[in-house]
Amino acid sequence: METIVRQRTIFEIVDQIGQEVLAKAAPDVDAQSRFPQEAMDAMRQNGLLSVAIPQVYGGLGLDVKSLMQIAETLGKYCSASAMIWAMHQAQVACLVQHADSSQFFRHYLREIAEKQLLIASITSEAGVGGDIGTSIAAVETEGAMSRLTKEATVISYGEYADSYLVTARRTPESAGNDQVLVLLKREEVELTKTGGWDTLGMRGTCSPPFHVTATFPTEQIVPVPFSQISAETMAPLSHILWAGCWLGIATDALNRARKYVQAKARKNLGGDQQGSTRLAEAINLLNLMRNNIIASVSEYEELMAEGESGRAKCNSMAYTIKINTLKITSSQLVAQIVQEALLICGMAGYANESPYSVGRHLRDALSAALMINNDRLTATNAKLSLIQKNL
Amino acid sequence: MIEQIRAILAEHGRLMIDMEELKEDTDLYEAGMTSHASVNVMLALENTFDLEFPDRMLARAVFTSILSIRDALLELGVEEEAVKEA
Repeated sequence: METIVRQRTIFEIVDQIGQEVLAKAAPDVDAQSRFPQEAMDAMRQNGLLSVAIPQVYGGLGLDVKSLMQIAETLGKYCSASAMIWAMHQAQVACLVQHADSSQFFRHYLREIAEKQLLIASITSEAGVGGDIGTSIAAVETEGAMSRLTKEATVISYGEYADSYLVTARRTPESAGNDQVLVLLKREEVELTKTGGWDTLGMRGTCSPPFHVTATFPTEQIVPVPFSQISAETMAPLSHILWAGCWLGIATDALNRARKYVQAKARKNLGGDQQGSTRLAEAINLLNLMRNNIIASVSEYEELMAEGESGRAKCNSMAYTIKINTLKITSSQLVAQIVQEALLICGMAGYANESPYSVGRHLRDALSAALMINNDRLTATNAKLSLIQKNL
Repeated sequence: MIEQIRAILAEHGRLMIDMEELKEDTDLYEAGMTSHASVNVMLALENTFDLEFPDRMLARAVFTSILSIRDALLELGVEEEAVKEA
């Protein structure tokens, strides 16, 4: 009972921040391609950066379903703020799930909660063809200190993060796929911006390329291979939370279309209710998208609850296919639903200065297919389909 | 059985190390086998030993070394010595 009351409160807080801060900032964040600082301030004030951290370390310890719902709610108001929040949660979860055997990391989890630290991901790298399971950069360890250099093709909110989780080969001699995940604190990293971030959508995520160099204590290497972290936490949770953001974008776009159709219908009682058929069909798609995400959340939570055997299943090819499919399907549906909303609203949806405008939604939604390119995930699934047995 | 696994790894594993250096417990992924290459190894094993790996066995841990592959094949009823010709 207590849990239900607390969770309802956090959802109410998120919705209030969304309405009062994110929604108001979103047009300017988008127009200026600037970091949504006011949204981040509001999230920090309300402890939203530590909701995935267990209560014992000062967080809220929310389950995956609650995290997905928060991503969805934020996504209704500002896609960029929602995506920044979602990417941060996936980073935090990697530490919660895989680093708590280390005293350093247990202490750092507390610090994230206390100071509401924002963690960015440095998984992208020039020269690996978009495959985050391969690194060129390598950790060079000399006793208690280590160093690494990396050419990152994108670091979302890179200039605004307090720390970073970076993938690199375990040693300079290691194979490209023998990777570790390293925590770098802001003061340990030298970031040199090597390009800009003037994009079609998701402009507020501020994700330009950087040259990264860092010297850091060796204890900041997460004590589990990245392949395992990726299979059990980073990939499933990222895809679930990204899908949550996209669900928010799709929901808000379709809500605008709903208001448009209903306003017309009120003025034209008994006449031709233009757009209502397309609206009904688009609502079907939205339900399909939502139910598909919720099913993935349930399956992932069941696997996590199962313990060791569940974690082993996360490392299976069958689960890789499933979680890739969640990402591919959700990213396709969000773009499709927003385009339906645009068709329903017509010029009122196409115009930027209109209560029915879905232009920003569409531009933001089109990024979904590119965040780990759908063609790459489809190619992986195609390869795995050669060996998969149970459909 | 071990020799046939080795032959398949030599042909399809795309390892970064020489086959002579490959021990029975060497981690194949650390030796550079990509997940793409691992699928080809699995397909070749299925073909050579005339079997199908069930989904529950299609996981990184099962194909992590020559020994773990041998254990998987034994579990599926392949006999240590009596192996059909590839």
